[in-house]
Amino acid sequence: MDSIAITKTQLEGDRMIVNMGPSHPVTHGTLRIVLELQGEIITQATPEIGYLHRGVEKLGENLSYQQFIPLTDRLNYTSSMMNNVGYTLAVEKMLGISIPRRAEQIRVLVSELARIADHIICLGINAVDIGAFTAFLYLFRQRETVYDLFEMAAGQRLHTSFTRVGGLFRDLPPEFIPLCEQFLKDAPKAIDELEKLLTKNPIWHDRTKGVGAMSIEEAINWGYSGPCLRACGLAQDLRVKQPYMGYDQYEFDIPVGTSGDVFDRYLVRVEEMRQSLRIIRQVVKTLESGPIIIDDYKIALPPKEKVYTRMESLIHHFKLIMHGMEMPVGEVYSSTEAANGELGFYIVSDGGKNPYRIRVRPPCLPIFSSFATKVRGRLIADAVAELGSMNIIAGELDR
Amino acid sequence: MSILDSLLEKCPSSIQDSYRFRGDQTVIVAPTSFVTLVDLLISEGFNFLVDITAVDWLGKTEHPARFEVVYHWLNLDSQERLRVKVRLQENESLPSLAIKFKTADWYEREVYDMFGISFSGHPNLTRLLTWSDFPGHPLRKDFPLDGGDPFCMSDSTSPFTH
Repeated sequence: MDSIAITKTQLEGDRMIVNMGPSHPVTHGTLRIVLELQGEIITQATPEIGYLHRGVEKLGENLSYQQFIPLTDRLNYTSSMMNNVGYTLAVEKMLGISIPRRAEQIRVLVSELARIADHIICLGINAVDIGAFTAFLYLFRQRETVYDLFEMAAGQRLHTSFTRVGGLFRDLPPEFIPLCEQFLKDAPKAIDELEKLLTKNPIWHDRTKGVGAMSIEEAINWGYSGPCLRACGLAQDLRVKQPYMGYDQYEFDIPVGTSGDVFDRYLVRVEEMRQSLRIIRQVVKTLESGPIIIDDYKIALPPKEKVYTRMESLIHHFKLIMHGMEMPVGEVYSSTEAANGELGFYIVSDGGKNPYRIRVRPPCLPIFSSFATKVRGRLIADAVAELGSMNIIAGELDR
Repeated sequence: MSILDSLLEKCPSSIQDSYRFRGDQTVIVAPTSFVTLVDLLISEGFNFLVDITAVDWLGKTEHPARFEVVYHWLNLDSQERLRVKVRLQENESLPSLAIKFKTADWYEREVYDMFGISFSGHPNLTRLLTWSDFPGHPLRKDFPLDGGDPFCMSDSTSPFTH
């Protein structure tokens, strides 16, 4: 941290120190960047993170597997559904179980809705940071609908905690699908409107083209994943490359960019929203009826009516709450394609009620680690554009 | 042929243990042969370093060393994954990968911050998430869940003792 402290030479030289954050409109959460400027050119940027460090991994070691689910909401809080899904998939991989088809389909449905909401926030706020305010308002109406859908499904808009090990917390209510179909009609129009505002806008081009450009090799070396890696030109999408939850049964394309700059990331995210809508349309069309949680009372809680009427279910309920699931001894790494990249969960089990070690691999940490190198020698305005398009979510970055 | 088999064939002496569990492949290597193995992995196409973390096995007698540093690699061409673990005693250090993989820079800083494991040759091995005079390393098993001292400020320059 010596590098953060302002030295005498730094103070007396002709360079200027600008403190961006920890609370600044462009920092998207609490993170601090110390910029050393020569005029308007950044000669050095020192990011300082950890302002939102809550010790999620330490807490996880002291909570049961089910109790950790609400903590995953608070990682990338703009698409908490995908964190819920990613975590429960990791625990299910550890248990070696598969979940009912309907639960899997609903998970895909809410994940893609969350991806759209996440991209809306990223693109909208990136545009606001650069000075294009209208796109943000046009898109936020659609985001509101997504959150209404989440409220119907999970009872919560932001911190959904919708999944459970072995399935889902509850089934979709009957009014969910009609609203979802309405959303499928409205969202493409909103995305078209966004494109009308930005895609051919010369000011948007001036601010984003060439900013943060990167080769594929460099991006891989920095550990990039998700839209930022695809914008560089590599079609790496875990939904296609390592299919999970039956993603291989849906038809969709992986958009890729060419240069990896802010403009390409914008285009990739816009197209990904359209592809997510395509997936949602297919899920709604093929949604099967059936159970939404596994029928194994050693993993999932028995229904309440059985608990109140049957001795055996009462015992299962008690055992599951008090002693937890019977976990095998071992370790798994499970990753999913979250909105801004590969979200991984590494779980080490010693057979106890709680995980022995739980590690969250946040997609934005390796991306943000390249920030200092990428903005060196560029304008402050470029740093703002770059930071917005990296989609840094401090809850996930700091855990 | 899976990477696990190919590693066992090419450098059996440096691999202490290897196993498969739920489709995940794991190798455990000695700290001394770690760099050689990383070079071999890169030549095999494992160019994406997904994650670096560690596990503290304090008080678990079945584990020969206190720490395990865990690396996850992904081969982007074959989409094959490999977990590499290195067992370390307390105060032992591991060569840094920050030169080969830029992404290792922050991951190693985080492991240093959370576990107190140092990486030799790292360009800037400082704490990542906590502040510079934070007492102790939070993810060690002997670090109390509530942080002990609520403000973590008393005696803050000396290592945490509980």
